Amino acid sequence: MNHWSGYLLLIAKGAQMTVELTVLGIALALVAAFIAGLARVSRFSAVRALAIAYIEFFRGTSVFVQLFWAYFVLPMAGFDVTPLQAGVLALGLNVGAYAAEVVRGAIQAVSGDQRQACIALNLSRYQAMRHVILPQALPLMIPTFGNNAIELLKGTAVVSLISLGDMTFQAQVVRSQTGNTLIPFATILALYFAMSWLITFGMRHLERRVSFGLDGMRR
Amino acid sequence: MEWDWSFVQQILPTLLQGLEITVLATLLGSIVAAIVGLAFAIMRLAPNRALSRGTSAVVNFIRGTPLLVQLYFMFYVLPDIGVKMPALAAGVLALGIHYATYAAEVYRTGIENVPRGQWEAAKACNLAPLQMWRHIILPQALPPMLPALANYLVAMFKETPLLSAITVLEVMNEAKIVANTDYRYLEPMTLVGALFLAISLIAITGVRLLEKRYSQPLQ
Repeated sequence: MNHWSGYLLLIAKGAQMTVELTVLGIALALVAAFIAGLARVSRFSAVRALAIAYIEFFRGTSVFVQLFWAYFVLPMAGFDVTPLQAGVLALGLNVGAYAAEVVRGAIQAVSGDQRQACIALNLSRYQAMRHVILPQALPLMIPTFGNNAIELLKGTAVVSLISLGDMTFQAQVVRSQTGNTLIPFATILALYFAMSWLITFGMRHLERRVSFGLDGMRR
Repeated sequence: MEWDWSFVQQILPTLLQGLEITVLATLLGSIVAAIVGLAFAIMRLAPNRALSRGTSAVVNFIRGTPLLVQLYFMFYVLPDIGVKMPALAAGVLALGIHYATYAAEVYRTGIENVPRGQWEAAKACNLAPLQMWRHIILPQALPPMLPALANYLVAMFKETPLLSAITVLEVMNEAKIVANTDYRYLEPMTLVGALFLAISLIAITGVRLLEKRYSQPLQ
């Protein structure tokens, strides 16, 4: 069974790529989610319309189609993107659109009393959002963000189809070189599950951190 | 790169043919998801601890791993251990089982929302478990679930392009073939995106209607 170590190394390299994609994708998704989510509750109807267009477009089409579009069509329009950039772009913007709705929902779930109190204290809109609304909205977002992060991790498998060497891609390589199907696919299934379990675990920890001191504030 | 309408006219019939397979796969997959999901949900509520724990573990595993890898597993591993089936069947099965885990969650909430008194009344009337589920619990639990289930139907529709990875000739695969023979990616990829966006927007309107009709619990 000695020759398997080389193949396992290949899968480990793929796992590294999957982790990299997931982390970069989550970073982009978070930025996109907060920008679009805050724009979604803006005073200005033009800003709101723009945010709705972004959210509905990315939620309405499949991440797979978006990825292919980013990889094949953007270069023809003069933007040179590497497969990694295309993958991060498509995954981040796709999951960001879903997470933007979470941000909006959580902001709107903070009770009206809190808003009125902000007005009574003469806080500016920025101060109210920064110091009163968001700190209370954040704990509401975390559990759903966790689910979104897992969706993103699962989405990274799709990048193997644009020849990026992630875990799924390497498993295919191992399959075609050894002819063995069970070992590569069972291995990566287990690894994916371990990663998603890690995200769940981390999010639970984070949820306890951000809701510290907020007992009694939640309805 | 210029947008070419005559090329669009030339490839549209092929893409629509692929769209037919996409819709077929979605519908068949949703039937599998509805049935298997119900089985998962009922097994999770089973009084037998081992059965309910085991089902939970399986559901969590399927939810935590990418659909693409599950598709590969169905397509490459099962034939090696003697289960042979056509690509479309493997795709429909993987898609259905993946979404069954999501449907199971919806069923569980729906079933738990049936008032306790109904369960007790069923027991008091000496109904067999099958009669209880068939005549008392499910008729009350199912209608409020419809919007959430329809949401997952839309999500599943957007995942069907993944079937192209296991050689099913659905719309994405047709687009890729067209793009590779003519080396024009702009029109096929954009058209696939537009088709998906159009159908999901229509479907989302349908979901909103369902929500209006069924979201209030039965009195």
